[in-house]
Amino acid sequence: MSQVSMTVNGKVRKATVDPRVLLVYFLRDQLRLTGTHIGCDTSQCGACTVMIDGRSAKSCTIFAVQADGSEITTIEGLATNGQLHPLQQGFWEEHGLQCGFCTPGMIMAAVTLLKDNPSPSEREIREGITGNFCRCTGYQHIVNAIQHAATKR
Amino acid sequence: MAVSPVLPKLVGERVKRREDPRLIQGRATYVDDIALVGMQYIAFKRSDVAHARIRSVDTRAAEAMDGVEAVFTGAQVAEFLAPMPIGTPFPSPEHRAVAVDTVRFSGEPVAVVVARDRFVARDAVDAIVVSYDPLPAVVDVELAMTGKPTVIHPAFPNNLAVPLVPAGTGVSADGKVDDSAIDEAFARADLVISQRMVNQRLAPTAMEPRGVVAHYEPGKGTMTIWSSTQNPHILRTFIAALTGLGENQVRAIAPEVGGGFGAKINIYGEEYVAAAVSKRLGIPVKWTEDRSEAFVATTHGRDILGYVDLAAKRDGTVVGLKLRLIADIGAYNMLLTAAIPTLTTMMANATYNIPAIRATVTEVFTNKTPTDAYRGAGRPEATYFVERAMDMLARELKMDPAELRRKNFIQPSQFPFATQTGAVYDSGDYEKALDRALKNAQWDRLKAERDKARAEGRLVGLGLSMYVEVCGLGPSAALPTGGWEHSQVTIERDGRISATTGASPHGQGNETTFAQMLADQFGVPFEHITILHGDTGVVKQGIGTFGSRSQAVGGTALHMAGSKVKAKMAKFAAALLEAHEDDVVFENGTISVKGSPASGKPFASVAAYAYRPVPLPEGLEPGLSDEAFFEPSNNTYPFGCHISMVEIDRKTGEPTLLKLVAVDDAGNLINPLIVEGQIHGGLAQGIGQAMIEEVVYNEDGQLVTGSFMDYAIPRAIDFPRFELDATVTPTPVNPLGAKGVGEAGTLGATPSVVSATVDALSGFGVKHIDMMLRPEKLWRIIQGGQS
Ligand code: FES
Ligand code: FES
Repeated sequence: MSQVSMTVNGKVRKATVDPRVLLVYFLRDQLRLTGTHIGCDTSQCGACTVMIDGRSAKSCTIFAVQADGSEITTIEGLATNGQLHPLQQGFWEEHGLQCGFCTPGMIMAAVTLLKDNPSPSEREIREGITGNFCRCTGYQHIVNAIQHAATKR
Repeated sequence: MAVSPVLPKLVGERVKRREDPRLIQGRATYVDDIALVGMQYIAFKRSDVAHARIRSVDTRAAEAMDGVEAVFTGAQVAEFLAPMPIGTPFPSPEHRAVAVDTVRFSGEPVAVVVARDRFVARDAVDAIVVSYDPLPAVVDVELAMTGKPTVIHPAFPNNLAVPLVPAGTGVSADGKVDDSAIDEAFARADLVISQRMVNQRLAPTAMEPRGVVAHYEPGKGTMTIWSSTQNPHILRTFIAALTGLGENQVRAIAPEVGGGFGAKINIYGEEYVAAAVSKRLGIPVKWTEDRSEAFVATTHGRDILGYVDLAAKRDGTVVGLKLRLIADIGAYNMLLTAAIPTLTTMMANATYNIPAIRATVTEVFTNKTPTDAYRGAGRPEATYFVERAMDMLARELKMDPAELRRKNFIQPSQFPFATQTGAVYDSGDYEKALDRALKNAQWDRLKAERDKARAEGRLVGLGLSMYVEVCGLGPSAALPTGGWEHSQVTIERDGRISATTGASPHGQGNETTFAQMLADQFGVPFEHITILHGDTGVVKQGIGTFGSRSQAVGGTALHMAGSKVKAKMAKFAAALLEAHEDDVVFENGTISVKGSPASGKPFASVAAYAYRPVPLPEGLEPGLSDEAFFEPSNNTYPFGCHISMVEIDRKTGEPTLLKLVAVDDAGNLINPLIVEGQIHGGLAQGIGQAMIEEVVYNEDGQLVTGSFMDYAIPRAIDFPRFELDATVTPTPVNPLGAKGVGEAGTLGATPSVVSATVDALSGFGVKHIDMMLRPEKLWRIIQGGQS
């Protein structure tokens, strides 16, 4: 067992963790932050995407111990002072989700997408979310949602 | 009193979904998010061979591991769990949730571990040693039909699960077959298009894998089961039956469900095992499917081989159709497995007047994961076979594919239309949908663009497909569970409305659409309505959400229950207003006498009166709550037209979808925004089937496409912006006029994309290409090889 300490959604969390536990399981099972989802076991679907030290990352690709000392934001920590993040607002306005399972990861991936490219073209959005799968929406409303966030910010 | 604000009418409006705030903030609860005190984790040891006798299962090392609560072999599970039932009337071999002496597909469970956490459970699974005596495996469906090299279930010679079901012209209800009409039709044809077509096996792949939490409470003798299911009430029925409990002792909950696409209709072995193990050990247990496990353990879809013969006159008049179908259903019958291909024969009539049709289906066991419903379930297959054949006919006759369709359409005056294959189409105007699609796509301009591109040496093609599907399932005669839906509407004391629905959603947005309907029906704010679903402890009865039925059947039940309560509430209001109940109107949060809104009583005060009715109006009971079961008299038959444009890279064979125009007619729409989302999602899956999705087994029965590394589900980059439109032909089957839309996208897109690809490569002499449209396959055609 190892000791880890990380800042998650602004709170310092110290915990004892089995070294083989992936960050996503640590967030979900130990911290009970279940908004981050698990959609695959080959690091392809993006359902587990969170922000690690300010960049979007798939939390199934690293062990919790590797995130020791990091600053992490999950979907639960994205809204500020009860105000939805522009991407959350965009997904709501544009019907960017159906079952909602891919949505937290999709939103967390789009945060970095818009940070790097504040006014992306449709093509750039589609390329930017290639690492995130959605089986429900056919992606068109997700593209609209990200465009909505880009223009309304 | 103060004049209340005018409330907008919501039905037909693009209302934002009320489900979304919890989903976009990570506050929803899916099955794997549930944690109960004392809960342990289940994991399954699965067969890594496709067909073998089990010689031994050694669980000693697993049992000795720290944190392992229990290990059960298949033989041990069989002592406390009966074989799994199915939901169709076809004969079925015994199917144990955990194999006892023989495994019949790679991935079939052979032992169960219960342990402290998911990691220990997985370690223990790895410590179980199973030894097998291998048997030959069969994966080719036409080989399987010969009984070689193996017979999977001894009681089913030649692996024939269902030897032959005939449908169509000359087939009587008792199964007698008269060939004279179909033979005559083919005899008078000028030409016959004959083609073998593969509608390949697909993996449904909801983004949330399956999961279950079962909690048997020995003190109360009750079971609560949470499952990622499309139909908690059906789950309750089956779990009760197999655990020896009454339905009144089982509570089934579908919490937030992360997509289903038909694959979460089936009641699975893992659900039975979790319930039975929880009951046996007296502790709550959880099982969560891994994605690679899902590829072998969750039912697959499609996998129908079709021999298609389409007979026509030179002028394009279709005179006859023969469809000989062979369905590869995998190793076992699941809940609806055997019924799915019969929907294909049922829909063989498509949108055309075809004087004689013969459709037959044979269902065959192979050493693969069983099939069951996958979005569209039998209807995309029918559409694909017929529409591809129509396209081949148009090409043979050098006719415009749109004009060939137009020439053969069932006309609006012919509805209700009894097909040759046993369906009665409720309503339709196929030419209108075709014309709208041609106009939106600018068909003639597209053809000119294609020709210009070709002149420049590019490989560009156009494809068009009509479709009609059977939705709003269905009358009770058509479903073993019954085909009704249930709803209860309650006006609470404070005037808020609670309504339950048995149509348990998994992304369809029923909380929003149903609240829109009640808001209009009662003239109250949308925010004052709560829609409850997915919990048999709260929703008294229900069937579930599949077959595009939640609006057409569930929505109608809601509307009926609402009407009953409204009629009673009108009586209370009439007493208060000293008016006749027929003269009261519900609008803008008040109930008033027609023509004098200022005299009205607030909706909430009428509700309060109903719960403290002093004096109680003559003949009324207190309270405002009523329920309805809606039994539809028929299915509904939505239709549409999908047009696509594809370009093939001459150097690599890679196809790109340049354009997709869809016109869908689902009757009246409650929320066009949600409808568009449903169609987009269906299109993505329909295009996915045409272009990139295919379940592949090797000859030993090993799944080659067993993870997202090998099975391609579409990504955002794979699609152009879809261009949608709708025509509206209401159904007479229900008072809403709504037909259902969940599956529409998977119907027309698939053949239209394949036809566009064949068109693009027509210069190479190719007439048909089987899905998926693998670049290698297309490259070989371009290189002059065979498809
Ligand atoms: S769960 Fe991390 S990418 Fe799929
Ligand atoms: S909304 Fe269901 S997977 Fe994206």
